[in-house]
Amino acid sequence: MSTFRHKLIENSIYGLLYFCFALIILFLVIISFYIFKNSAGTLSLSFIFEYPRNGMTEGGIFPIIIGTCFVTIISAIFAIPIGISGAIYLNEYAKKSFFTNIIRLSIRNLAAVPSIVYGLFGLAIFVKTLNLGTCVLSAGLTLGLLTLPTIITASEEALKNVPAAYREGALALGLTKWQVLRTNVIPVAVPGIITGIILSISRALGETAPILFTGAAFYIPHLSLNVLDQFMALPYHLYIMSTQHHDISGVRGIAYSTAAILILITLILNIIASTIRYRYRNAFK
Amino acid sequence: MNKTILKSDHFTFQYGNKVAIEDISLNINLKKITSIIGPSGCGKSTYLRSFNRMNELIGNVSHSGNIFFHNEDIYDSNIDVVDLRTKIGMVFQKPNPFPKSIKENILYGPKLHGEKNKSTLSDIVEYYLKKVYLWDEVKDKLNESAFSISGGQQQRLCIARALAVHPEVLLMDEPCSALDPIATLRIEDLMRELSSEVTIMIVTHNMQQAARISDFTAFFNTDESRIGRLIEFGLTKDIFTNPKKQDTTNYITGRFG
Repeated sequence: MSTFRHKLIENSIYGLLYFCFALIILFLVIISFYIFKNSAGTLSLSFIFEYPRNGMTEGGIFPIIIGTCFVTIISAIFAIPIGISGAIYLNEYAKKSFFTNIIRLSIRNLAAVPSIVYGLFGLAIFVKTLNLGTCVLSAGLTLGLLTLPTIITASEEALKNVPAAYREGALALGLTKWQVLRTNVIPVAVPGIITGIILSISRALGETAPILFTGAAFYIPHLSLNVLDQFMALPYHLYIMSTQHHDISGVRGIAYSTAAILILITLILNIIASTIRYRYRNAFK
Repeated sequence: MNKTILKSDHFTFQYGNKVAIEDISLNINLKKITSIIGPSGCGKSTYLRSFNRMNELIGNVSHSGNIFFHNEDIYDSNIDVVDLRTKIGMVFQKPNPFPKSIKENILYGPKLHGEKNKSTLSDIVEYYLKKVYLWDEVKDKLNESAFSISGGQQQRLCIARALAVHPEVLLMDEPCSALDPIATLRIEDLMRELSSEVTIMIVTHNMQQAARISDFTAFFNTDESRIGRLIEFGLTKDIFTNPKKQDTTNYITGRFG
């Protein structure tokens, strides 16, 4: 009797967990299928490498892809060094006190601030106060701010997970704290740090709100290659094609293909993150 | 007459408000092996880690009394703790090779201390691996991960790594407690050999080990207030055959601990 009950409980729990897992996969499959099905006919190599034509009703999205890459690179250049340095300071140098705990908590909370708030903040600080105008630089800095909390938190966790024995062993050899960090702590934390960076960047890449007021443009007939130019970006383009275009039903295919490209870029970034993590993890095992 | 290299003078150490060891005065003799034995929690490791100031990494610790290294107070504000740890090396309880190759583990200290010459570096690898009798076992896989060798080999690698920065003293914190009996014996033989060149202080739970290898033995115990104190110190053969204190007799005959 009791064996039967144990089995029943075991199986119900297993069933419930399996169901939830299957549900997640199902949604993922449906979304991907739906997007790729609707982009059929539009999505092609030439869609990736051509400029939009005819009031964005034909052609490809090449300058839009470039715009997104450009702004993402600017945000990475800004956020990665500052984020990692901040994490190193917090985890290795900051005294454990009430004050540092408040700072840590605030950083965690910043990660949950709605992206539109970052957008407005970027507008106020970079566009207006620093007078950079709406451009790649303003938008990149705003996106950088958005990714900072995630980069700091992930890097701090990665540093925290480096075994104490590595630090002690190296300090006991008569090395300075920075030598130990540089050669025996940070390299061990690199896979975790890189994973955090790529995940936060791939999130930033898909954000619309932070770039909306800070640099993204409805349409530009050329490539944006100057940091002080406005630019077109994938998420904003998708928003335009879905809601703002004069012929929404006519550009459905372009909208879905843009979504597909955005998903593909995110997927590629995530694959790169996993590969790096895997490589490093197995480097010395 | 033995020469003193390290001397603790009424040394007391505490974590926050909790006194771990109190009023310990002891002379450590040059190029001898001194074991510190005693039951768990008697402050042996705390005492050992006071000599290279590893305890203070935890933060919120304080001490009174002094520890002298060549008649210099190691807690003096003029002392460079990085320099101190170069001269007083340490081997830990669990083998802790770094996630690098066997070769890079040995070279880790020398490289960061500024050695750049390629042939000198490769001589260093061979010299220290031979010194810990590891060369023949690993000479064909110097570039493989240090995690790929056995626990006993890893511990010998860690000893070689510590020796490669030319310490005068080697602090060993239960270096064999994670090893099998054969690996333990090899480390003990190695320690006897090394004692002609470096001064060794070893914390051990294993009384036979202390009796086998050390020239001097210090016995630590705790009182009701859980504070570690030095009960008796002397030549190892005296401590084990003719202890003066009842506590020591009880411990070495296995009545507690």
